[in-house]
Amino acid sequence: MAEIVAVSLLNGIVYGLLLFMLTAGLTLIFSMMGVLNFAHASVFMLGAYFSFQLGRWIGFWPALVIAPLVCGLIGAAIERYGLRHVHRSGHVAEILFTFGLAYVIEELVTMAWGRNAVANGVPPAIDFALFSLFGSSFPAYKGLMMVISVAMFAFLYVALKRTRIGLVIQAALTHPDMASALGHDVPGVFVLVFALGSALAGLAGVIGGFMLLTQPTLAQAIGPIVFVVVVVGGLGSLAGALIASMLIGVLQTFAVAVDYSLADALRASGVAIARSSPLYDVVSIKVSTVAPIVPYLLLVLTLIVRPRGLLGRRDA
Amino acid sequence: MRASIRVTLGLSIAAALVASTALADVKIAFIDPLSGGGAATGILAQKTHQFYIDAINAAGGINGEKIELLSFDNKVNPQESLIQLKKAIDEGARFIVQGNGSGVALAITDAVQKHNERNRGKEVVYLNYAAVDPALTNDKCNFWHFRFDADADMKMAAMTDVIAKDANVKRVYLINQDYSFGKAVAAAATKMLSQKRPDIKIVGDELHPLQKVQDFSPYVAKIKASGADTVITGNWSNDMVLLVKAGKDAGLKVGWQTFYGGSPGTVTAIGDAGVDTLKQVTEWHKNAAPELDPSVAAFVARYPGKENEYAYWRAKTMWAMFAAAAKKAGSNDPVKIAHALEGLRMQTPLGEVEMRADNHQLLQPLYVSTLERNQKYDVEGSGLGWRTDAKVDAKATALPTTCKMDRPG
Repeated sequence: MAEIVAVSLLNGIVYGLLLFMLTAGLTLIFSMMGVLNFAHASVFMLGAYFSFQLGRWIGFWPALVIAPLVCGLIGAAIERYGLRHVHRSGHVAEILFTFGLAYVIEELVTMAWGRNAVANGVPPAIDFALFSLFGSSFPAYKGLMMVISVAMFAFLYVALKRTRIGLVIQAALTHPDMASALGHDVPGVFVLVFALGSALAGLAGVIGGFMLLTQPTLAQAIGPIVFVVVVVGGLGSLAGALIASMLIGVLQTFAVAVDYSLADALRASGVAIARSSPLYDVVSIKVSTVAPIVPYLLLVLTLIVRPRGLLGRRDA
Repeated sequence: MRASIRVTLGLSIAAALVASTALADVKIAFIDPLSGGGAATGILAQKTHQFYIDAINAAGGINGEKIELLSFDNKVNPQESLIQLKKAIDEGARFIVQGNGSGVALAITDAVQKHNERNRGKEVVYLNYAAVDPALTNDKCNFWHFRFDADADMKMAAMTDVIAKDANVKRVYLINQDYSFGKAVAAAATKMLSQKRPDIKIVGDELHPLQKVQDFSPYVAKIKASGADTVITGNWSNDMVLLVKAGKDAGLKVGWQTFYGGSPGTVTAIGDAGVDTLKQVTEWHKNAAPELDPSVAAFVARYPGKENEYAYWRAKTMWAMFAAAAKKAGSNDPVKIAHALEGLRMQTPLGEVEMRADNHQLLQPLYVSTLERNQKYDVEGSGLGWRTDAKVDAKATALPTTCKMDRPG
């Protein structure tokens, strides 16, 4: 029992931090620019592919730095030459633009690297067991992922709340005309924010690519869960995203470990449902079987009970 | 002047259309995923079918007519498949080829049967090369469906025969995808193990959503906690790769008994950790025969690259039998070819195969193999290759069937 609780908790935290890493950049862009970036997961995927390719050419450590930078540059270009023009037509146009962009990126990736997963193995430098818990080893790359994820949170928090540029960014969002009148380069700030958000997605991709499969459908596979985290945490709230990520990670992991069904719970409370009953098929499903649905259940509950999310300031 | 150009243009287009229909006499519809998550397997299968069809056409076609393969993208979705099936039939296809996903297969076999009941004289025949839910050749069987892959029960029988002889196997964990096929695998494993090795304890029976799990670590933790020494799984594609990847990360030491351990990317993902532990049940692997089959070598030469790792030996068997049935029938009429396929026997480089007349299930040799170092032919350029542990002859793979089919007169 202690074993499954300890290992599940660890796995839950790891998964939660991976989710946070995925959503940090998205949350940043949304909170600062009000743009719901549907291409975020695609930039994450690009990060994974760039790190795979650069890792082959120049090694893992340089790739860890360069891949996010390239993603940041791509993000800057997307803002400067795409979003800025679409921005005038309102939020629907922005969403449609990023939505379309996601498809374009997927096709480009397929053209460049093919449809099958590339062999994006863990580089030898971080391919060892960090420690062992009840006989299960804990790979070093997951440790690195946890460190990067926590560092991301700290960096964003400090940069936005404690620095001068953070103040300018926040002012540019709420009072763009005033900030502009005071001599701040508001369009430049938007480019910077989008670039930063994309670079964070790229960085997440470098590490996440080892844990997931680096293939063209990667963006589609993680897209939904990223939005669940953002909505549950509260649109645009960094701390909310962190809490929601951890909550979802731990809940889902523990749900996998629970081998009981509704029928067992009912039986314990004295209600028996016969095998022949039409209800039996539904109530006999084990919690572990539906574990991956838990985040989406949480999404629905959040939208019903608290549409603004855990720490959000406006309704989703 | 302009009008005459239009007329000429119109005439030449019409002529081109006539020419193209005259070229393709037998239309075959390939309905499988060509975009999205299943596209990698779908496109590989498409290439393989096209490859063998080209060979038939190069040898003069069937009864003097050429075969044309039309492709339809169903995104592994049963509803979408039915729309594509309708489109395929409207375009004149009288043979349907599909394989990815038993859910899709059950929808297609049902739709084909209904179509044939309502459209006498325009029947279509369904050639299934990969959907292995046993129901398709048992309770849900019909005259129009022919399966060229061994079903889940047949593969499980081969797998459990090998397990029965392995004294090291004492505690088995079942993990499968939560749909008809995954459930069939779990049920077959439970039943056959209790018959062949009642001393083996099944310490877990897990079903997880199909292609939805990103991180298998929690499942691996459960397997570990259960004390299992062997995992049986019918998982395929991402679910297979991510499962063994999570197992490798956590240092899980178990034997992997799989149907699709050869899924693209699996060997790459598990690497050396799969040596001696990763096993699969297939109708073919690169080291099944001492030398690579000439057609496989030709395929590799035509489609180089990891993405095109040859996987569908049964496609070779299927098209050879199709051509033989057409020859035997002396006609390309689907009903006649279907009758000719029933009970058809053929020699292949790996042994005799037979299309069972009672349920339209192909009997072919099956191989249980293990991933090893220093094999003649490796997979995915990994340096690791499959070594045969056991070969089951075609006849020995036959299982009883509950199929009762109505045959057209």
